Amino acid sequence: MIEISNVTKTYKAGNKAIRKLDIKIADGEFVFIVGRSGSGKSTLLKMLLKEVEPTSGRIIVNNMNLQRMPRRSVPKYRRKLGVVFQDFRLLKDRNVYENVAFAQRVIGVSARKIKENVPEMLKLVGLSAKYKFYPNQLSGGEQQRVAIARALINNPEVLLADEPTGNLDRHNADEIMELLEQINARGTTVIVVTHSQEIVNRMKKRVITMDKGIVVSDKKGGDI
Amino acid sequence: MRISTFWYCLKQGIKNICRNILFSLASVATISACIFLFCLFFSIIANIRHMTYLTETTIGITVFFEEGMTEEEILAVGDEIAQRPEIQEMNFISAEEAWESFQADYFQGMEELAEGFADDNPLASSASYEIFLKDISDQPQMVAYLEKLEGVRKVNYSNAVVAGFSNLNKLVGILSVAIIGILLAVSVFLISNTIHVAAAFRKTENQIMRLIGATNFMIRAPFVVEGVVLGLLGTVIPLGVTYLLYSEAVSYITSHFMNSVNASGILQIIPLDRLFPVMSGVSLGLGVGIGFFVSFFTIRKHLKV
Ligand SMILES: Nc1ncnc2c1ncn2[C@@H]1O[C@H](COP(=O)(O)OP(=O)(O)OP(=O)(O)O)[C@@H](O)[C@H]1O
Ligand SMILES: [Mg+2]
Repeated sequence: MIEISNVTKTYKAGNKAIRKLDIKIADGEFVFIVGRSGSGKSTLLKMLLKEVEPTSGRIIVNNMNLQRMPRRSVPKYRRKLGVVFQDFRLLKDRNVYENVAFAQRVIGVSARKIKENVPEMLKLVGLSAKYKFYPNQLSGGEQQRVAIARALINNPEVLLADEPTGNLDRHNADEIMELLEQINARGTTVIVVTHSQEIVNRMKKRVITMDKGIVVSDKKGGDI
Repeated sequence: MRISTFWYCLKQGIKNICRNILFSLASVATISACIFLFCLFFSIIANIRHMTYLTETTIGITVFFEEGMTEEEILAVGDEIAQRPEIQEMNFISAEEAWESFQADYFQGMEELAEGFADDNPLASSASYEIFLKDISDQPQMVAYLEKLEGVRKVNYSNAVVAGFSNLNKLVGILSVAIIGILLAVSVFLISNTIHVAAAFRKTENQIMRLIGATNFMIRAPFVVEGVVLGLLGTVIPLGVTYLLYSEAVSYITSHFMNSVNASGILQIIPLDRLFPVMSGVSLGLGVGIGFFVSFFTIRKHLKV
């Protein structure tokens, strides 16, 4: 359960990115967040990740108040979330396998478990054959899948994806969406920021529309 | 921490070093220079102290008394001298003993020459005290005291050796502290810079790690490993060099000087196996310590959560 109540965020420059936000997202939901550029979508995801602190208001994720969370608990909290960054952010000096394994290595998972989990995850995203490829040898869609595999490898409760299809053509975008749906079907809450009306219309999921830092519409199952 | 996590951090730390090989080499070179000089000065100072110690126990002060003093009078003065706290050991050498040892030294094999003196001891007024001090630096005040004593004719002592040794030790000490201090500062600067560069290189990776939920420990570990490995390399290399050089020096000095100059046994080099454990222990502590602390604090400043 994610509960965002009365949240505002003013950046240092005086930029009011979020004005007054109230959103509730249940466990296992699939939610799109749409809105014009600069409407505060990425800021919202960053606040959920505790990368950015809200100026006021309250964010509660799985009964944890993010503002009251002690510093040392933050890494543990973040392990419950999986993030797909808009610009992939893969490690260019490591191959596909190592990019995915990375997420487990840095949180101290045993080598044996990593050997078990990574091939399984690569199979899920359809990259088993290319596990030895380096990011610059992959297409945009393939890179995005690596990023998704990395976000999912630690079995997150919530997946945050910031424009995961931003740079992809229709075909690739559809495949990624299918993948996200599959992941959602396994019980993971999925929150996807996107600009693509086409995708939103086709998927028939809950859609939250933001503008200038507030929610202007919140509709179940369909069109904006 | 898991073994696999340890290996991962080690691998990443070494990767940091290789990726930034010039800075790493510069850091290793300065730490090496620093540790090597430390070893050098350590060897010199230890040996000087060793020799000073030998001097203290083999070179003493000899006190001679006025002619015509009876042995009882001399012994009475001796009792008074013996009250001094600086004294380690004190031997009385009577006129007879002095004459006997003189004969043994100078008329060796020609004892008949000494016969001429018969019972007329030419060293009749040469009864003396041989005094060894606990600490050679007390010698000047001891000599001053002895010279003022009633009945004392002459005080023999070796001034040059004592002053030379303690001055040399002081000089080497000051010099080493100064040079090592400067090199230490340069090492700190270079390691810190190396870590900065490595951190800049890993900026994206660190950011991703943080957002994925890696602990600060995990983010910092590769850099601390990097610092420790640099420190370790910078210690092991000069220790090896010192080991070789010292063994060479010992065998050279033993074969060239021991027999001729060193009749008194003062010029004695400490054997390597007695010097090396302490020296390498301190060096490792110093080198690895610098690597660890500098990288730790640099990365802590660099990666604020
Ligand atoms: N670090 C920052 N410092 C200052 N202002 C910022 C910062 N990050 C974002 N902003 C501002 O906050 C507002 C919302 O930004 P945000 O990135 O959340 O928008 P967005 O909805 O994700 O836009 P886009 O669709 O273009 O990604 C913008 O006006 C932006 O200029
Ligand atoms: Mg954005």
